[in-house]
Amino acid sequence: MPVFLSYSYLISAILLIFSIRGLSSPQTARKGNSLGILGIIIAIGATIISNPNYNWSNALIAIFLGAIVGIYFALKVKMTSLPQMVAIFNGLGGLSAVLISLVEVISGSSSFFNNLIGLVIGGLAFSGSIIAYAKLQGLIQAKAIVFKGQQAINLIFALATITLCGYYIINHNPLIFYYIAAITTLLGILLVLPIGGADMPVVISILNAYSGWAAVGIGFSLNNVVLIIVGAIVGASGAILSYIMVKSMNRSLISVMLGGFGTQTNTSQVNSSDKTAKSGSPEDAAFIMENANKVIIVPGYGMAVAQAQHVLKEMADDLHNRYGVEVKYAIHPVAGRMPGHMNVLLAEANVPYDEVFELEDINREFATADVAYVIGANDITNPLARTDPSSPIYGMPILDVEKAKTVFFVKRSLASGYSGVENPLFFADNTIMLYGDAKKVTEEIVKTLEQS
Amino acid sequence: MHLFFLITVFILACFIGYFVVWGVTPALHSPLMSVSNAISGIVIVGALISIQSSNDNLSQIFGFLAIFLASVNIFGGFAISHRMLLMFKKKEKK
Repeated sequence: MPVFLSYSYLISAILLIFSIRGLSSPQTARKGNSLGILGIIIAIGATIISNPNYNWSNALIAIFLGAIVGIYFALKVKMTSLPQMVAIFNGLGGLSAVLISLVEVISGSSSFFNNLIGLVIGGLAFSGSIIAYAKLQGLIQAKAIVFKGQQAINLIFALATITLCGYYIINHNPLIFYYIAAITTLLGILLVLPIGGADMPVVISILNAYSGWAAVGIGFSLNNVVLIIVGAIVGASGAILSYIMVKSMNRSLISVMLGGFGTQTNTSQVNSSDKTAKSGSPEDAAFIMENANKVIIVPGYGMAVAQAQHVLKEMADDLHNRYGVEVKYAIHPVAGRMPGHMNVLLAEANVPYDEVFELEDINREFATADVAYVIGANDITNPLARTDPSSPIYGMPILDVEKAKTVFFVKRSLASGYSGVENPLFFADNTIMLYGDAKKVTEEIVKTLEQS
Repeated sequence: MHLFFLITVFILACFIGYFVVWGVTPALHSPLMSVSNAISGIVIVGALISIQSSNDNLSQIFGFLAIFLASVNIFGGFAISHRMLLMFKKKEKK
């Protein structure tokens, strides 16, 4: 390898590390992004220049076409569809890793073990991401898809993959490599099918990590340090994000991966058939909020589905500008369908990021708030997570909305959330339900606020 | 010795990744995902290297596709991160 190439890869790796480092604050993030682009360009450019005798025209065409397709979809996608977009990009990265390891095998590479890593992990990332995409996009049902003997089948597929890999390492028969590609693709599909919608933040994070580990595998088979470094960082990023997500639900990675969560109805819940929930009109809500000193808004996936973030911002502005109410936003780490989903949607609606707070930073403020306005969220506010050890969500950190003087829930019905656990907060004395579509209800409130 | 060198690089990179990623503010976890998505497109370098030593049609096609897909990843990932990051604004001082 020419010396200049080694140095270029080193510089590229450093720039790519800075692109992640920049995300430590919104002020530095955009600069980080530019450094990342520069890093990739240096790596590609140096690789091409290092072999001027090779005819690069096909490769350049491929890069160019990829750029057009990638940028087109990135600019076209709606912010609410962001999770599925990230999922599909992830899948493409996985497929790319699979194809590279196939090229390596066809051209007679002798690093058999490393090629397998690129193939297997890339294959899982590819097909798993496609299923995650289909679920998020609503092409297949988002709920956990479970059938009898599912885990046994998955186990058989996993064992078959391992056996074939072992066989391939001894035998070096390229044909087996194709079999492994097919089986891991199937396995990726089977692994993600039983995982339900609200566990998607975890799934996407894991798949993200996979695409990093696949790059590491390819880096080892090509003796390429930039692939190893960047792959390790992406892998670490996905692993840490999944750890944070799993922690925020007080579940184990294994329990998420095994799936089926929320498909059984829970028997140990409070019997509430004799209780009634108070419901109110948007006009009531407007009246109570305009007389409040402090309102905390708690958004959830329902806000994303209803695209209510813009009208929510209008409501907050009216409350602040017309009535002098202090408005803050409280975000639970697993709200939405990907890590940080709510933050992006609020940012899209021009909510300044210094009004948006993470769970641990705002939780004690609910006690001093007059109103908690919960829009499209449920499980993340359920006090059973603190009080009922038999509940599946027990131990999950929750937003203490019930400590506010009045709690509004904007929801279509009293139905339980993803966990299948009923929320006793709906029947609390200080709770008022605002039934209806998140966007319509908030629009009504805005109308009332602007009339008076 | 060579393998040991690569393993050293790998393990040290894991440490860097660990510290850098924990430093990311939770508000930017979505952009983190799309940026890490974009930079995982670095596998494009792997594709560019491996097509140089391949000479049959099948692996040329696979290589072409691999470069194309990694390129979608890179450009799409950075473009969408850029779009997201443009939206994060501080409160305007009045």
